Amino acid sequence: MFDFLDSPQYDLLGAFWVTVQLTLYSAVGSLIWGTLLAGMRVSPVPLMRAFGTAYVNLVRNTPLTIVVVSCSLVLNQTLGFALGGETFKDIGFRMAVLGLVAYTGTFVCEALRSGINTVPVGQAEAARALGLSFFQVLTLIVLPQAFRSVVAPLANVLIALTKNTTVAAAIGVAEAALLMKEMVENEADALFAVFGVFALGFVLLTLPTGLLLGWVAKRVAVKR
Amino acid sequence: MSSVLYDTPGPKARLRNILYSAVFVVLVGLVVWWALSVMADKGQLAADKWKPFVTDGAVWTTFLLPGLVETLKAAGLALVIALPLGALLGIGRLSDHAWVRGPVGAVVEFFRAIPVLLMMIFANAVFAQFTPIASEVRPLYAVVTGLVLYNASVIAEIVRAGILSLPYGQTDAAKAIGMRKGQIMGYVLLPQAVTAMLPALVSQLVVIVKDTALGGAILGLSELLFQIRPITANYGANTIATITVVALIYILVNGALTQLAAWLEGLMRRRKKSTGAVVDIKEIDSQMGGGVA
Repeated sequence: MFDFLDSPQYDLLGAFWVTVQLTLYSAVGSLIWGTLLAGMRVSPVPLMRAFGTAYVNLVRNTPLTIVVVSCSLVLNQTLGFALGGETFKDIGFRMAVLGLVAYTGTFVCEALRSGINTVPVGQAEAARALGLSFFQVLTLIVLPQAFRSVVAPLANVLIALTKNTTVAAAIGVAEAALLMKEMVENEADALFAVFGVFALGFVLLTLPTGLLLGWVAKRVAVKR
Repeated sequence: MSSVLYDTPGPKARLRNILYSAVFVVLVGLVVWWALSVMADKGQLAADKWKPFVTDGAVWTTFLLPGLVETLKAAGLALVIALPLGALLGIGRLSDHAWVRGPVGAVVEFFRAIPVLLMMIFANAVFAQFTPIASEVRPLYAVVTGLVLYNASVIAEIVRAGILSLPYGQTDAAKAIGMRKGQIMGYVLLPQAVTAMLPALVSQLVVIVKDTALGGAILGLSELLFQIRPITANYGANTIATITVVALIYILVNGALTQLAAWLEGLMRRRKKSTGAVVDIKEIDSQMGGGVA
């Protein structure tokens, strides 16, 4: 029943490795982009606030599929950008990461912004009384506390991101979902086994993330 | 206006803010100008690429509106089926009997932990192999099945949180007047929980609408996103214009749903009759295995 696992035709581990890579690159990228967005959304400059709000509201209401597909269809196929990728495989991977970052950044931004709201006003007032500027208050006092209080929500964003990497299948990136689609077509007699293997793969990827970051969240939480 | 991070700006700070704004505008302007010039180079700004969406009714009646109808049909069906199923699962998770609570909990956590796309692909294959469903409607069945499995488990969590958000005195009082367990749930807890979780349910509908796009991209469901290819094929490779219009339709539909959720939440919090408790969708997401999709 599970003989498809030994078949050299399918690179199961390779596909899941692509999923992991997509997750890691996108996670780092969206953490940076999300922090920048959150910084804009709380900044004293009205235009930056407006830009941040507009970006978050527009992108959050757009399906991730359309974000990723338009990265490939618009940026690559119509306008000819390759993000330095040489082969079809490279370009698809980089476009998928770009799309995932653009989309996940908004969720990171919202998580961080709610974390910023948990910081007591007195902290920032004390910092201002010491003569720190907005940028110093944000980076030295508020953001470090905000980050510590949003580890749990960020863990969920990371878990959702892991699941969302399957959307890259829409532009032909050879990750887990695309391999599963190929396998259910060829291995019709082992349908349930194939589904079980891929489901297990994702449980194995998301469960440790949740447990580990849940533990970290408890450790680093600011006791108030 | 003052906030945690900065005081109400004085004259000097206001001047500085204007300066920052100007720099920001110039930066954004440069990016936009560069993007437009790249698009112009590839001929994507030509009027005939954009005109069909304004002048030609056929592009709407043949492609966009049928696509939107298919999107809403899939999302609506998924919601209608997932709601009662999710309510059952949510109540099951609160059962007094461990043999109900345990398996139901396992099912809910399992379907929340795996990507919705895997369920769609799997359902599509199962329908192809074991049922006589015609291949034209199979994508719709598969997409709805995938969405139902995933969203029923999310709705189960919303229902559970809604019931748990009620003060325990409600159950006590119902017990005191001699209601049975089923009556307490049906007459006292569920009606109140429904008002508390209405905003969260509407927010979840946004996720469902967005996830239907997966069906178009992977399984060939003829929903809104799926229409991009036939439109660009018929109207002269106007990829950017088409994607812009399709994205705008999604943004309008989902934006309206988001507004509705926010309005409902305000209404629930103000209403005297309810307990004022409102289930926060972010709280549901912030449990393990949560999905923001």
